[in-house]
Amino acid sequence: MSDKERANAYWKANLRLIKWSLVVWFMASFGFGILLRPMLSGIAIGGTDLGFWFAQQGSIIVFLILIFFYAWRMNKLDAEFGVGEE
Amino acid sequence: MEQTTLNIIVVGLSFVLYFGIAIWAKAGSTAEFYAAGRGVHPVINGMATAADWMSAASFISMAGLIAFVGYNNSTFLMGWTGGYVLMAMLLAPYLRKFGKYTVPEFVGDRFYSPTARVVAVIALITMSVTYVIGQMAGAGVAFSRFLEVDNTTGLLIASAVVFVYAVLGGMKGITYTQVAQYCVLIIAYTIPAIFISLQLTGHVLPQLGLFAEHTASGQYLLVTLDGLLNDLGFNQYTSGSSPWLMALFTLSLMIGTAGLPHVIIRFFTVPRVADARWSAGWALVFIALLYLTAPAVGAMARLNIMTTMWPQGVQGEAVAVDDLPDWFRTWSTTGLLAVEDKNGDGKIQYYNDKAESMTALAAERGWQGNELVTFNRDILVLANPEIAGLPGWVIALIAAGGIAAALSTAAGLLLAISSAVSHDLIKSTINPNISEKGELLAARISMAVAICVATYLGLNPPGFAAQVVALAFGLAAASLFPTLMMGIFSKRMNSAGATAGMLAGLLSTTLYLFLYLGWFFIPETNMLTADQYLFGIPPTHFGPIGALLNFGVAFLVASMTAEPPQEIQDLVESVRVPRGAGTAVNH
Repeated sequence: MSDKERANAYWKANLRLIKWSLVVWFMASFGFGILLRPMLSGIAIGGTDLGFWFAQQGSIIVFLILIFFYAWRMNKLDAEFGVGEE
Repeated sequence: MEQTTLNIIVVGLSFVLYFGIAIWAKAGSTAEFYAAGRGVHPVINGMATAADWMSAASFISMAGLIAFVGYNNSTFLMGWTGGYVLMAMLLAPYLRKFGKYTVPEFVGDRFYSPTARVVAVIALITMSVTYVIGQMAGAGVAFSRFLEVDNTTGLLIASAVVFVYAVLGGMKGITYTQVAQYCVLIIAYTIPAIFISLQLTGHVLPQLGLFAEHTASGQYLLVTLDGLLNDLGFNQYTSGSSPWLMALFTLSLMIGTAGLPHVIIRFFTVPRVADARWSAGWALVFIALLYLTAPAVGAMARLNIMTTMWPQGVQGEAVAVDDLPDWFRTWSTTGLLAVEDKNGDGKIQYYNDKAESMTALAAERGWQGNELVTFNRDILVLANPEIAGLPGWVIALIAAGGIAAALSTAAGLLLAISSAVSHDLIKSTINPNISEKGELLAARISMAVAICVATYLGLNPPGFAAQVVALAFGLAAASLFPTLMMGIFSKRMNSAGATAGMLAGLLSTTLYLFLYLGWFFIPETNMLTADQYLFGIPPTHFGPIGALLNFGVAFLVASMTAEPPQEIQDLVESVRVPRGAGTAVNH
């Protein structure tokens, strides 16, 4: 692979990773926390329902995991495609 | 010891710490002044970013916003944290790779247009100045309340403190001071929360206490709270309404957060692209420590207020005027808390007198309206240690924490303003031949001028402080975020498209705010009212619509004009890969 092809393949892999990460980001906040809350109302947690927990705790925890996962995956992709800093 | 004396000692000690750091971290070059020499460890940068980002609004106001509304205000929790996901994946690593000092610099280079750069500078200065006014005013209030000086004196002290370490140290001084400020504010926030959680539920972690059993009632804490609120005609804490508006507002806060330049430039300070990615995660770790605690603080404080007002439950008698706890008295003197015994029975009935469901009960029990007439939401966090009966030094710590939150954000904003002026206007537009020393001096002078302007505006607030914060977020969401994103993700985006898009976002958002809130927020000059919202969208929720217009106009104009020159397309390709970030440092 030429440098250019490698860079393109790397970018495609990055876009794929971003897409799936944003799906999770959306589901944890807008989905479970807000719009799908009525569907989750049957799942009780600590005196309320799962949607409430996602809105006030779960979404933030998911965001955290997502960012670290993304950083870890990307740093691995950097090495795999040989586009890292060193 | 007097509480005020204790407050002065603790706040004074925190200032000594900030000054010490400022002297140690004096900036010697523009690289140090703008980007702390790009030598900041990602964890340290994450901590500084957290302090930079969490303003007086997060520290003082947010728990109160949640406490008095409940579930519906979860938007602030999700919105102000979810933006970091966008920043970590869509902006931070690429802008770090680009390796320059300011956000307008990227806009100007990527869109090969001084005009685009100037538009970005205007957007940046508008949003940062409006934002900083609130911080200065907040610091002034914190000073006056805890140190018993008047508001003006408080604000001048705050300005003088920021002046010393921001002008001297630039980004380097600000970064290390923010680390200290973060430690002060997070300790101040969590200690009372832990004690209250222990008192109410027996759980050390407030995050668990929120969903645990309330020891006194033997029911879940949230069930007890919902029950009390329901019996008194208030909305239930856990119930919500208008999910689509909630989602829109959350999105507005998220993309606004991701587009705030004073946060973005923090990621220019780390050594490598990989560090920028990690650093966004660490920033959110430190932010989450406060944001995961805030909803527990809110719910528990609300419950504490309810049980203080109704010690024998709603069926029993309300609290007698003579039995109100001490913190009630101390806060009444500020005017932020007030009771009025309307029916003269010597007791204070707290209920929702606007709820129809309460009319019959009120008539039957001889209530003549809600008697807890004023309860300012902002006192919730500040009074928390007193509500929990904690010792004086914790109260003093809260004072230092509130001031730290306001100062750290103000300093970050002032740096974004001064670097835009000295680097984007003076160095690039007015006098490109300026020497390194000259630019550093220009940066310090513009910082000093920015502090004076902010102080003046803080002393004479334009009277629309709350609306201008909405404007700052709306502008960040509608102008900078889409433009930066297209600069990285679309190779085809050209100068004409980006400039047109940025203007479309800026103007539509400003227009929508002005139409409903008055031209330049002058009361009574609004041309439309709340019942005429376009598709029922309030002005505070307009950010995503402005961003959509920005994207739409940009792609339309770009498709009709020539594609960007080859060297710009090469530039886009280079920011997408981390390789070569080291050389960019020494440009």
